[in-house]
Amino acid sequence: MSGYRLDQGGTGIDRSRPLRFTFDGRRFDGYEGDTLASALMAEGVDVLARSFKYHRPRGIVSAGSEEPSALVTLRDGARSEPNAKAPMIPLWDGLVASGQNAWPSLRFDAMAVNGLAGPLFGAGFYYKTFMGGPRGTWTKFFEPIIRRAAGMGKASLAPDPDRYETAHLHCDVLVIGAGPAGLAAARAAAGTGARVVIADEGERFGGHLLSDAGEIEGQPSAAFAAAAQADLAALPWVTALPRTTVYGHYDGQFAAVERVADHVAAPGRAPRQRHWLIRPLQIVLAAGATERPIVFPGNDRPGVMLAEAARTYATRWGVAPGRRVVVFTTHDGAYRTVRDLHAAGVGIAAVIDARPQVSAEACAVVAATGARHKTGATVCATRGRSRLTGITLTGGLRIDCDTLAVSGGWMPNLHLTSQGGGKPVWSEDQASFLPGTLPDRWQIAGSVGGLGALTETFAQGAEAGIRAAAACDFDAAPAEPTLARDDLVPTDPLPLWRVPGKGKAFVDLQHDVTADDVMLAQREGFEAVEHLKRYTTLGMAADQGKTSNLNGLALMAEARGIPVPQAGTTRYRPPYTPVALGALAGAETGAHLAPVRRTPMHDWHAAHGALWVAAGQWMRPRAYLRDGETIRDAYIREARAVRAGVGIVDVSPLGKIEVAGPDAAEFLNRVYVNGFARLPVGRARYGIMLREDGIVLDDGTTWRLEEHRFLMTTTTANAGRVLTHLEVLLATAWPDLRVRLTSVTEQWAGMAVAGPKSRDVLAGLIADVDFATHTLPFMGIARGTLGGVPVTVARLSFSGELAYEVFCGAHHGAGVWAAIMAAGEAHGIVPYGTEALGALRIEKGHISGAELDGRTTVHDLGFAGFASTKKAYVGSAMMHRPALTDGARPRLVGLRSRSGAPIRPGAHLVGSDGRPQGHVTSTTFSPELDAEIALALLRNGPDRMGEHLDAAYPLKDESVPVEVVSPHFVDPEGDRLRA
Amino acid sequence: MRHSVFSLVANALTGNARWPRQWRAATPKPAYDAIVVGGGGHGLTTAYYLAKEHGLTNIAVVEKGWIGGGNVGRNTTIIRSNYMLPENSRFYELGMKLWEEMSQELNYNVMFSQRGVINLAHTSAQMDAFARRGNAMRLEGIDAELMTREEVAARLPGLDVSDRARFPIVGGMIQPRAGTARHDAVAWGYARAADKLGVDILENCGVTGFIRDGDRIVGVETTRGAIRAPKVGVAVAGHTSELMRLAGLDRLPIESHVLQAFVSEPLKPLIDTVVTFGAGHLYISQSDKGGLVFGGDIDGYNSYAQRGNMPVIRHVAAEAVSMFPNLARLRLLRHWGGVMDMSMDGSPIIDVGPVPGLYLNAGWCYGGFKATPASGFCFAHTIARDEPHALNAAFRLDRFAAGRTLDEKGIGPSPQLH
Amino acid sequence: MLIPCPHCGLRDLAEFTYVGDATRNRPILDAPEGDWADYLYLRTNPMGRHAEHWQHTAGCRSVLTVRRDTVTHEIFGATMAGTQA
Repeated sequence: MSGYRLDQGGTGIDRSRPLRFTFDGRRFDGYEGDTLASALMAEGVDVLARSFKYHRPRGIVSAGSEEPSALVTLRDGARSEPNAKAPMIPLWDGLVASGQNAWPSLRFDAMAVNGLAGPLFGAGFYYKTFMGGPRGTWTKFFEPIIRRAAGMGKASLAPDPDRYETAHLHCDVLVIGAGPAGLAAARAAAGTGARVVIADEGERFGGHLLSDAGEIEGQPSAAFAAAAQADLAALPWVTALPRTTVYGHYDGQFAAVERVADHVAAPGRAPRQRHWLIRPLQIVLAAGATERPIVFPGNDRPGVMLAEAARTYATRWGVAPGRRVVVFTTHDGAYRTVRDLHAAGVGIAAVIDARPQVSAEACAVVAATGARHKTGATVCATRGRSRLTGITLTGGLRIDCDTLAVSGGWMPNLHLTSQGGGKPVWSEDQASFLPGTLPDRWQIAGSVGGLGALTETFAQGAEAGIRAAAACDFDAAPAEPTLARDDLVPTDPLPLWRVPGKGKAFVDLQHDVTADDVMLAQREGFEAVEHLKRYTTLGMAADQGKTSNLNGLALMAEARGIPVPQAGTTRYRPPYTPVALGALAGAETGAHLAPVRRTPMHDWHAAHGALWVAAGQWMRPRAYLRDGETIRDAYIREARAVRAGVGIVDVSPLGKIEVAGPDAAEFLNRVYVNGFARLPVGRARYGIMLREDGIVLDDGTTWRLEEHRFLMTTTTANAGRVLTHLEVLLATAWPDLRVRLTSVTEQWAGMAVAGPKSRDVLAGLIADVDFATHTLPFMGIARGTLGGVPVTVARLSFSGELAYEVFCGAHHGAGVWAAIMAAGEAHGIVPYGTEALGALRIEKGHISGAELDGRTTVHDLGFAGFASTKKAYVGSAMMHRPALTDGARPRLVGLRSRSGAPIRPGAHLVGSDGRPQGHVTSTTFSPELDAEIALALLRNGPDRMGEHLDAAYPLKDESVPVEVVSPHFVDPEGDRLRA
Repeated sequence: MRHSVFSLVANALTGNARWPRQWRAATPKPAYDAIVVGGGGHGLTTAYYLAKEHGLTNIAVVEKGWIGGGNVGRNTTIIRSNYMLPENSRFYELGMKLWEEMSQELNYNVMFSQRGVINLAHTSAQMDAFARRGNAMRLEGIDAELMTREEVAARLPGLDVSDRARFPIVGGMIQPRAGTARHDAVAWGYARAADKLGVDILENCGVTGFIRDGDRIVGVETTRGAIRAPKVGVAVAGHTSELMRLAGLDRLPIESHVLQAFVSEPLKPLIDTVVTFGAGHLYISQSDKGGLVFGGDIDGYNSYAQRGNMPVIRHVAAEAVSMFPNLARLRLLRHWGGVMDMSMDGSPIIDVGPVPGLYLNAGWCYGGFKATPASGFCFAHTIARDEPHALNAAFRLDRFAAGRTLDEKGIGPSPQLH
Repeated sequence: MLIPCPHCGLRDLAEFTYVGDATRNRPILDAPEGDWADYLYLRTNPMGRHAEHWQHTAGCRSVLTVRRDTVTHEIFGATMAGTQA
């Protein structure tokens, strides 16, 4: 219990608005404006979390998104959110959060015994053991133990009740970060009239201005920031986005997440988060810098935190991090913490500075506090159990304290420039990487380009904003300087990466990677920085190594005896901070993952007992169930009705492409294996098209409606692919052909009326069409009207019976369907679904999707004679390769069950040796033959008629004896369809 | 030093100061009996099997950067042999058997976790297609089982098996022996084992050209000098075209495409198998560290950038959240891309030639990780014996022109669609 | 990536579908098998500047020839396929 709420101060909290919240089952109080971290610190809570491997107690380290340590589970139930960073959680009344990765409790975690065996669990220990035992020991025994121990937070199994939104922004200037530099840049750019977007991950704009106790242009820093935010938000051409993290750069486009309603208990009508894709002409990166800890033994104890964070808790939230604070630094900047904590009434026990010489200005700050000032000194050990109670300096001096505020310098937030292709360069002076040469269209301002005085930062920001606006052709005069207090500027730090000593010195606090682990990795040859990361897991935790990567790199350089930049830099991978999957997914999830395509007759089907089947995005009736019927009963009944009388099926999902233009016939002649050049107007023709490699792509009928206008039909599954295939050919191979292609799938409703009585149904119904065979023969097309609605009738047959396809405008589909049903009633017309459609076509031996699997040829499918030898067409050059015409290839046959048992789709054909010789593609019960039949692809198939094989289905330990027969089970001569 | 719980304890007691390098920092010799270009999974396994199975120990692995830096360290770690075409399923099943022995053989725990791979089916037609594949596997002696919707739901808590889903789940197929492994450890384990057999692993050694004697390749020029060998094997998937250009081959049946991978923040065990969405392209598993690991389709355009783009990222997230609506609040921690050799039929190439002295291992599409041991085993055989092993006899370079393609998806020569 | 569609202007990657390598010489339909095999199965696959066919599938559906860098993803221009750049 060391942190407490100061009696006064805190620019970010409203003491008139108390809030209550619950953490780990205990009730606490805070104020409007607090974060969960500041409120817990104010309530004296020391241990917020447990570490990944050793389950050591962890407190609050930072005041921002770099937090490596204080990870909690936010909310509960369906809204619970594991691994939330306490400093990034704004407090609301009734907030509930809990600790994670601890059992039974945060304060006493049984898994902490792992820590006792620390050296055993060094880097990569799991690669060196758990290999023994019989096969499966790892999967069944060791792995579950490791998995349960790892993993941090627990995910809910309940669906997320909130929704997410996606949006796009286009602007002249995107300013990333709204600290002093970003604010200045946005103000300057907006002043020219440029369209500006400014985004910052914080709850409000201001960045470090919110933790600064000084004044800017006569106002307190925080008030200045608030005014600047309000001014920007008031400009119509500026989009100001607080709570918005620009997390990634993707080839000129920036992605950001706005936390629209994460600061309230539940979003209500608002989306929880909004995902932005932002396309700027110019970018000003003002993303700031992250303070770097120092690696020394015991540096993970709760109470050890970053110096700037300690200051921020006091100034912004009015919270003292402890009662006796020691500051450990390598540069002047951390003296601001000394000054501001002392001013807030927090006891400063000592200031430890690794530099032998310290500026007079800094010395004066310490002198004013009366604290001990040790220069040329380092901290080499800490004491305390769940809270720091003291430290030891190198040389042995012990100092009692409850808080150690550490600063090893600053590391610019280069993530986005690096993602954009910038190559960071090492600065020996600042002991950090700087952005280096920037990608085109980028400006940088503020501490992302190296630390400087505040006045200078404002000036840099304004200049960058003006440069960016000017690059978008906006004119502006130089901005007036913004004057700020410029004392205690972070000077170049003394590069201090590690203080030697006994005990675990942590580099990565979340993954428990120690300095010894880095040394071990080097010893074992994992010297490349990527090897280091992968072997030790350094920087791979939920904080993405923001406070650990550079220290780890520097320790590796030290171990190898080379300068830091020679050890390499790790590549910054997006996102900058973790992004909710829901935000990335947006609204297109669940039922909205893809559109549902319904035919114009959908409602009729639904009202008449349709059992649906998905065909790609389409919903099609599989069968129309009557009371007490199974699917099998229904499709057998439907198929029998077609063979004996008349049936109707919705074929609207067939792909339909209008092919028009003076060269349309020539075009079709080149894309189909059979001839189309001389197809007469008013006739349809079945065609097969190949891919360029000679494999069958698709089949269907194409109708010549007019001299220069054709309607091509494709299979439902291949509609998109065929359209693209044709469009690409036309554009790239034959741009000289005068042909236009238009997808008209959704413009036409289509229905097939099939069965010996189909003519009787339609003849009296459709005006202006003579259904006599000599005027409307098989493959003939006629146009007429049905109740005034124009219809096109094509005499085609997939079922093998006398049949007609009736096409009409999609919006007339339901009416035409109903009219045909009404007219057919007297003839016993029956609607049929895809199952009966399948049964009828299998009986007829027509090929479909399962036979056109992208590996079959016209030879395989029995269409070798159908392909023209008189012309060249797509695929004709390649289809005759010996490997594609080999008789031993699997080729189309029919199968008939010898036992009467159904043949299952997906079965394989095996002979007496048990080796597969082919596979079953489509199966059905044949009402016509009263037999279980199938189509199959069998090696040498057509030469094996009458042979007995087994249709093996080892997945169910089944085997059905079959006889190889012709695939044309019904009316092989085609008498019926020509009747 | 042999790895065991005893060596761990002994070293812990001495401050872990005595662990040796896992592979030597070798210096290039002027000549070897064979050179393998590419210190990725396939190159390292090739070297290991050349030494172990064929007695070729005077060999070197030449790596431009650090070993395991390419796709062996960038993939989603899935291991399976659930292929339909027998040429593929037999090859990957050899791989599966090698995976099952790998940790013990290498004395390196690669954490091969046989947690099963489930393919979800959303229509009865898709179940039929799985049945065709599953039966083909069973007839090859490979494990496969069909699952009902209820069985799938019981195995995958949180999965949306309701009819509200856009593509309701009707069932699935599982290969129980399939699973995941710790990808980096595979590279390191083979490197350590190959090193023990005398193989020189030469890191930071980029190939800048090939040394020729007449028509023959007799070595490589590198950033660390010329290295000669009568046999040069190339296993640099993702960059095959660029390297082979140095050998005078301007065109190959390969395009380089980016496949992205995604990992979430670490979570307590949530998904204890590998599951693939059947109405799109998405696979999810959970690493031993707790991160959910995702992958989807390739970005679909030629790219050598090890990073991907927004459309695929968002599509993968949408499919993940649709499958598991409880994942929406979980956060994506990192994503990255790997450069794939996409071949013209979706299947790999392991062959002698096409230039004398040269051997090619390429075209792994996004199936290379699971193939790692089988690829090395067969490539080593091909290099040592100057002819393919029976299991890679179908993976030759001339199959495309001849029409003997191995096209699992039935797509044809559009590499971006495999 | 933004692709400058000659009909529609600068449009986002998400609207386009990659079709394939535009640097290949397409044989005539009855060219010998060998020419077709080269065309269908072999690619230069450059690391750097490339010319590719893309289709504006969510726009005008034109097939374009796009000049693009395969490493940086920079786009240098787009013309209608089948026309001279």
